[in-house]
Amino acid sequence: MKREPVLRVVGKMLIPYMLVFALYVQFHGDFGPGGGFQAGVISAAAVIFYAIIFGLPAARRVMPEALVEAMVAAGALLYIAVGFAGLLLGGNYLDYFVLDTDPVAGQHRGIFWVEVGVLVTVSGVMLKIFYMFAGRQRED
Amino acid sequence: MQAFASHYTYWVTVLLLGAGLYIMIARGNLVKKLVGLSIFQTSVYLLYIAPGKLIGGTAPIVSEAYQVYSNPLPHVLILTAIVVGIATLALGLAIVVRIREAYGSIEEDEIVAADAQAGDGR
Amino acid sequence: MIAAHLPALAVVVPLAAAPLIVLVRHAGAAWALAVAAAWFSFGASLALAAQVADAGVVSYAMGNWPPPWGIEYRVDALSAFVVVLVSAIGAAVAPYALKSVAAEVPGELRYLYYAMHCLCLAGLLGMAMTGDAFNLFVFMEVASLAMYVLIALGRDRRALLASYQYLLLGTIGATFYVIGVGVLYLQTGTLNIADMAARLPAVAGGRPAPAALAFITAGMSLKLALFPLHLWLPNAYAYAPSAATAFLAATATKVSVYVLLRFHFSVFGESAVTALLPMPEILIALSIAAIVTASLVAVWQADFKRLLAYSSVAQIGYITLGIGLATRDGLTAAVVHLFNHGITKGALFLLAGGIVLRAGGARFENLRGLGRSMPLTALGITLAGLSLIGVPGTAGFISKWYLVLGAIEAGMWWLAALVVLTSLIAVVYVWRFVEAAYLSEPGEAAPRPGEAPMPMLVVSWLMVAACLWFGFDTSFTVGGASRAAQLLLGGAP
Repeated sequence: MKREPVLRVVGKMLIPYMLVFALYVQFHGDFGPGGGFQAGVISAAAVIFYAIIFGLPAARRVMPEALVEAMVAAGALLYIAVGFAGLLLGGNYLDYFVLDTDPVAGQHRGIFWVEVGVLVTVSGVMLKIFYMFAGRQRED
Repeated sequence: MQAFASHYTYWVTVLLLGAGLYIMIARGNLVKKLVGLSIFQTSVYLLYIAPGKLIGGTAPIVSEAYQVYSNPLPHVLILTAIVVGIATLALGLAIVVRIREAYGSIEEDEIVAADAQAGDGR
Repeated sequence: MIAAHLPALAVVVPLAAAPLIVLVRHAGAAWALAVAAAWFSFGASLALAAQVADAGVVSYAMGNWPPPWGIEYRVDALSAFVVVLVSAIGAAVAPYALKSVAAEVPGELRYLYYAMHCLCLAGLLGMAMTGDAFNLFVFMEVASLAMYVLIALGRDRRALLASYQYLLLGTIGATFYVIGVGVLYLQTGTLNIADMAARLPAVAGGRPAPAALAFITAGMSLKLALFPLHLWLPNAYAYAPSAATAFLAATATKVSVYVLLRFHFSVFGESAVTALLPMPEILIALSIAAIVTASLVAVWQADFKRLLAYSSVAQIGYITLGIGLATRDGLTAAVVHLFNHGITKGALFLLAGGIVLRAGGARFENLRGLGRSMPLTALGITLAGLSLIGVPGTAGFISKWYLVLGAIEAGMWWLAALVVLTSLIAVVYVWRFVEAAYLSEPGEAAPRPGEAPMPMLVVSWLMVAACLWFGFDTSFTVGGASRAAQLLLGGAP
């Protein structure tokens, strides 16, 4: 589909907004529907959209496989690290109350970083699944 | 009749559960079996979500203007269950892709025949 | 400070090791991380068991949200026992895996094997420790998904099909469980297992409670491979990589048994289980069917790993038989057999892994003359086989002994006789190994002389030694199991 000028132009115009929308959903998770899961899927969808229009090799240049796999692990590690931060600050595991002097602010801070971790992992996993299926050659 | 009408979500749940299970048993195509599995899991989502909704209830955000809230916990649980379902489906499809590469087929009877032909000898 | 957080750490450390391994990607480093995490969990579990022995119940509020609102980790005598078994097997299999995985899994996938090993360990430990019914489901799926991958990593293409079948049946089982929990949640309004148990009697009158019991029992029976829901097990065990087989056979079904025990006795309570559905009769009938048929099928297998897999189905029958008896000795037998069968089957599959490594397979042609070419392996399998039969002086005898006591206590003499008689079928299939290994001339498919690599042999023999040790010193196994049985039957711990 690389030769379709309409798709190329529309794609180039839409993808930045898709990514911004993903960030909006991510940070709006505190006040309304949203959060890391949805934002991760939307941002992954932007890259998948790019891959469908410009081809898998082009997408692999933007988001290399190694980076995607590292994202899968890094997000989960970030989540676990937030848990350990609670431990080190004298609370229980995954205790957000102790992350700030004000327990409510601590809850905000904890859930913020956890959602960042979820965003990174979910978008990594979605891309990984896409690459795994798209990258396999048909034998016939 | 009253019991039927007021519990219709349960009937839908049972229908989805039975349909999914039936597809899994009756179809030999490995991908169709996974479709059945997804339908089967969907019935559970409904089982949890439907009772969480209170007619006239709002989102569970504390405000003086509202007195009746829907229960948020089922949604959280089912969000988790959906993620688990996606992971299972993705893994299942990945295995089916590998099975197709190894056997050249995704029909259960053909795969069983291929294994029987290759013999127990390996 | 660490002592107070052991329930969380024992699960989280292997859980954190998995993504670290994916970041590292190097097979050797991945192995080192997996071993470190597994040994940390083992140490934490032992310390936790000591705490439980002192304090009775250790409760840990995740995220400092007090139960029953937050997720609680609740370790009592039964969960501590299961946690020690799972983490001990995890700690034993991880060092063993280095050579075995190097031989059986392609190079670029090895780090994933170790990541999955860690995930599976974390999931199983989480299942045993969590006090939240839905959290248990999530851990069950974490462990199961990791298991499907572990099985699919097997060399044979049939491993893929085995993994696929297990995925379908395992997901049905887990979904049944979650339906049952959902019905209980709608009835009681809580997901905390202890809270659920307290609130259930008030609402147990209607039809939902038996439905929930039936769904949970059916779901967990699929997961623990109770006859006739065992169809996924033989292929999964036969075609998975050897180290994975040993790990799964010794732990996965056992943790599912734990969940069944937890719901039957802690949530519903013994009297409710009997009153709502004829559960003991169903369990006893299915267990007898499992023991007899699976043992007989095992005798006719051409592949040693498959033989052991069918024997596992039979041995699970002994465990569920103890649960069905629901007497104190019966439950003690069930819990103690959980442990004893775990280490016995673990030892057998680990040693079989050595044969697969040397001979390229574990079919009976490969076993001929094994007594001469791999004397230590053959001797180890024979000794662990004696424990499988239940010969006095081995761990297997202890569990059979309590099972017979339990049957007599329940007034079922014929059942006691049956337990003894069916052990004779186990003699037949263990004898088939002895005959092939010691009394046959080595054939073409026999292994070249030479033992399995030293680390594998040492770990396997440690497990064999454990089979013998727990045949004499029963203070940990029977002591822990009888405390757990007392707890389940509602007595003071």
